[in-house]
Amino acid sequence: MTTVVLSRRSLIVAGGSVLATGVSGLLLPAQAQSVAPTRSMSGGANNYRKGAPIVERIGKGGFWMSGTVRRAGDGAPLAGQRIQIWAHTTEGQEHEPQSHGATLTDKDGRFRLEMPQIVPIFGQPHGHLAYDSGEFRTVFLRPLMRSARDKSLEGHFVLQPA
Amino acid sequence: MRLVKATLIWAAVAAAVGVPLAFAAASDLHEYRGWIYIIAGFAGIVALGLVLVQPLLIAGYLPGLPGYRGRRAHYWIGGALVAAVVVHVGGLWISSPPDMIDALLFVSPTPFSPWGVTAMWAIFAVALLAAFRRRLALRPRTWRLAHMLLALVIVVGSVVHGLLIEGTMETMSKAALCALVLAAAIKVMADRRVWRKGATPRGESPARQ
Repeated sequence: MTTVVLSRRSLIVAGGSVLATGVSGLLLPAQAQSVAPTRSMSGGANNYRKGAPIVERIGKGGFWMSGTVRRAGDGAPLAGQRIQIWAHTTEGQEHEPQSHGATLTDKDGRFRLEMPQIVPIFGQPHGHLAYDSGEFRTVFLRPLMRSARDKSLEGHFVLQPA
Repeated sequence: MRLVKATLIWAAVAAAVGVPLAFAAASDLHEYRGWIYIIAGFAGIVALGLVLVQPLLIAGYLPGLPGYRGRRAHYWIGGALVAAVVVHVGGLWISSPPDMIDALLFVSPTPFSPWGVTAMWAIFAVALLAAFRRRLALRPRTWRLAHMLLALVIVVGSVVHGLLIEGTMETMSKAALCALVLAAAIKVMADRRVWRKGATPRGESPARQ
């Protein structure tokens, strides 16, 4: 619990620096049209567990989490980046280890991981994704499903150097 | 005839609260939840049901509980409402502490959370005011106005909170219960004209209060 609070606190700091970077970007015409880094979403780090293993798929599967990872500025795809994924599913609650897994992006910066069906929890059907490998700044996402019956969900990252 | 009317009124209230509870009990989401989370969810639905009953009690609309008996019941049901909210929030906290902490701090990504948390504080405030009303020597009119404003916050907060949640409650029965909660509160407030100066609710003399 303490680690989660601490990590979110550091996120606020990170968010602030993202803002600062954005503002300085506005002051420099050369960077004005660059791809802006993704900011962490509110509640994105909830029930995060550090260091979930890279897996073939989470549990029995049946649901697809996918997305892209790009570099801030030029928007170039980032290959081999580790993305961690977790959610409340038909096979486990958000905080339980079996609900967590990670995967790597391919050469086009895409990732795709099969996992059990996400079910609504805390009033919304949603998933969690994290980039937390350290080379770039940590980002936590918490995308919502349009319908609880959806069979897939996406999360997209634009990362900036740490 | 009176017995028939009384039976019908009680049956309607029982259905208004019981049907949404029954639909929620049949939700397949329970399969994927721990028992503490399940209890917390039901405590929320029960709390919404109690918010429906409260104005009906105080106005003496429920057969068998007119006047003083209705007010006593209103007082104790108010206590039960506090208990239900504590179980609701406590259970959710145990089930997912970071999500509950975000909600209580008004920084959660879920749009329904601030409505529920605001209603919770209003419920606690009314309960404290009611408990210490005499010790605080609140004037009847001050008390009525404070209670009415807080009741308004509770009713609107609870209804919006409930409607925005995607959970175990079935959509139609939830919407019906929410509509009844709103209607009951509006009807009783209009009937009792709590905001008027010198209003004498329930036909009693102001001197008694």
